[in-house]
Amino acid sequence: MDQKRLHQVESQCIQEEAPACRSACPLHMDARTFLLQVGKGQWNDAWKTLNKTLPFPAILGRICDHPCEESCLRSTLGGAIRIGELEKTCLNQPRPRIRVIPMPKKNRRMAVVGESLSSLVAALDLLRKGYDVTLFSSQERLGGTLWSLSDETLPKDILKSELEILETLGLKVEKTMLDNSLLTQLQQEFSALYLGLDSPSGAAMAQGGKPSGKTFALGKEGVFAGGACDEHGRLSPVYQSFQGRAAALSMERFSQNVSLVEGRRDEGPYPTRLFTNIEDIEPLPVALPPVHGEKGYTTDEARAEALRCIQCQCLECLKVCPYLDYFKGYPKRYAREIYNNASIVLGNHSANLMVNSCSLCGLCEKICPENFSMAELCLSARRDLVQHNKMPPSAHEFAIQDMQFSNSEQFMLTRHAPGQTKSGFAFFPGCQLSGSDPDHVIQTYSFLRNNWAQDTGLMLQCCAAPAHWSGDEAKTQAAISLLEKTWQTMGEPRMILACSSCLDMFRRYLPDIEVISLWQVMDQCQLPHYAAKPVGTTMALHDPCTSRHDPQLQSAVRSLALKLGITLEELEFSREKTECCGFGGLMENANPALAQKQLERRTSESDLDYLAYCAMCRESLKGAGKRTAHLLDFIFPQEVMGVDPADRARTGLSESRENRSRLRKDLLSQVWNEPLETESESMLQISPEVQATLDQRRILHQDIRATIAHAEESGRKMQSQVSGHFLASHRPFMVTFWVEYSLAENGYHIHNSYCHRMQVMGGKG
Amino acid sequence: MITNLGIEENREWRCLLCDELLKLAKVRIDYMNGSFTVELPCCPECGMALVPEEIALGKMLEVEKLLEDK
Repeated sequence: MDQKRLHQVESQCIQEEAPACRSACPLHMDARTFLLQVGKGQWNDAWKTLNKTLPFPAILGRICDHPCEESCLRSTLGGAIRIGELEKTCLNQPRPRIRVIPMPKKNRRMAVVGESLSSLVAALDLLRKGYDVTLFSSQERLGGTLWSLSDETLPKDILKSELEILETLGLKVEKTMLDNSLLTQLQQEFSALYLGLDSPSGAAMAQGGKPSGKTFALGKEGVFAGGACDEHGRLSPVYQSFQGRAAALSMERFSQNVSLVEGRRDEGPYPTRLFTNIEDIEPLPVALPPVHGEKGYTTDEARAEALRCIQCQCLECLKVCPYLDYFKGYPKRYAREIYNNASIVLGNHSANLMVNSCSLCGLCEKICPENFSMAELCLSARRDLVQHNKMPPSAHEFAIQDMQFSNSEQFMLTRHAPGQTKSGFAFFPGCQLSGSDPDHVIQTYSFLRNNWAQDTGLMLQCCAAPAHWSGDEAKTQAAISLLEKTWQTMGEPRMILACSSCLDMFRRYLPDIEVISLWQVMDQCQLPHYAAKPVGTTMALHDPCTSRHDPQLQSAVRSLALKLGITLEELEFSREKTECCGFGGLMENANPALAQKQLERRTSESDLDYLAYCAMCRESLKGAGKRTAHLLDFIFPQEVMGVDPADRARTGLSESRENRSRLRKDLLSQVWNEPLETESESMLQISPEVQATLDQRRILHQDIRATIAHAEESGRKMQSQVSGHFLASHRPFMVTFWVEYSLAENGYHIHNSYCHRMQVMGGKG
Repeated sequence: MITNLGIEENREWRCLLCDELLKLAKVRIDYMNGSFTVELPCCPECGMALVPEEIALGKMLEVEKLLEDK
């Protein structure tokens, strides 16, 4: 990702966009922060917030026509926050000391014509920037019509003291009769010139000329003007101020000979892109000042009114995604962190965990008003890490090895249906269903041949999803090529896929292959007469995240459930807004604690039993303690009565591999009558507690067997003088496994096992 | 530099090949581009080293993660 792309990605997240009140204010006063501070009674801070953007805050805050209120999102929920009134209350509190760091003096002279508000603001801004400013006026004093306001609106002493700052900053005032002949003279003597159209002299010198919309240039070399009435003849103090300020910026740019227009898109009021969800916001009426009437709010009343502020922000994605919430930021910030992570040469890649923890489920993209995709960002960052050899090896290694297992002769199987020489269709159950529920794969395959097409062949292998999720493009491509080759060997059949992740992978990488979901096929068939009809059962349906963009598939599943007599409850987040089970994108591999949080959220959405149609979702949900059945549990019910499909335990990692190997053997034996010799393996006696530890540490029985075999063959093992147990280690790849065991009848009793990635190089001293 | 892992002298494990009680000794451990010298229980004869479970899942895991993010 280069800088340009980063900016594109960043701009898609609108969390940092201004709230409506601020973007509606020509001066962009930070009303949201101001209201937060008033709500907390932090008057000094609130004062400082006003001072940050408002020129002459003690004046403008009292006379502002507050367009912010018109755009306040509270308008329809009890009435707009009375920001104008709250500013007055704040300004009536003691003014805090605010340090102003003077800018170095600049060797340029600026002229300002007029004594009214816009001219004063232009002069103030230029003085603050260090310019030598001379104000020309035909009047006795500065302020113009401000002096005619009532004392209740703007006390004279405040007006006087607020304008004194101009003198302090070194404003030179020339009282002179102004006429048009002076204009040329001022143009020659000064770097730039401002004509306040809200002052009679400024207006006269402009000779009816209208300044341009953004730069306030008057069409004469170095002459700028502002402060005019709006198209309805109204004089708005905040617009007068804004025009004086914007013109002063143009004068500065003109004097420096730089572009007048560059980077000024969001100057003045503009419609904000910030989205704020107000669906769940309760209406709250405006806190009217009950006693003081026209005198405004007391501080307590003001605080109550300020607390009605919604504090507009988006964060829609964080509300639905534990991953986005986990890293305590929001997508725009994450994009920056991920960019920095990729740019680091020396030092810690602190965003690796963030990059690898996303489930790539795509929910944020659906929820985001601007369709920001964390999945796209994270996947491209993963690819970048892999390419630069910076991907932490532990993040996805187990999943990649599992994929390699599925693409080895221990699982791979490619066959036409028995008695067939070609395949019009091929059933592709995928790794997870095969590992979780091999018997149902056999039953489904039989069902397809008998009810869909006799020439339905079988393909057991991996769809390459783990490699794709890990960002390893070379491994993905290799697995995809293998898949394509197998498919060609089969005579290019139409593929029937049980898993929506496999479907997604085929569509993504092999778009020319015709694919259909198993569920759509089954929905077109007569279901087996022995299918369970749990009439009266209500279940909550969990759509897998990889089915998000496949409404036909989702509808087929609902139709099948209906035929089975299951009443379905739609979860709040279902179909295109469904949530991941924590397995997607290899989240569980890279960040098990986060996957747990993801599952906690998902499983708490309904008290009903869940119905899943992705084997991995079922495993994950059940692993989190949620009663979850798989759709095939009802289509092909167990013959044993009283088996509760929602209560079937989660399949362990070793069990999943053993199931896949067994499935291959059973299919060859039962369907093609090609029984394989079963290799005798030593028995491992493992208690459920130890097995749970092994699964949590991702230690497989094959790792344990290899470690013991290594120890027994070499004699290199230790023995405890306390328990008599043996302890041995073995490093078959980048991981060292330790196994504590003792001899048992026909095998070994496994007491404990753990692993680490650091390599002990040995040596004494 | 030797990193002290805080392992107490071993009284439990014997090397079966050498029939020796494991004793704390300096051992080099490597991962990715990192290399450290630590004290682990080792066989005084053949040098076979023991990585205790709490070290493997504790300090070692922490360092592994740090090195992986380098």
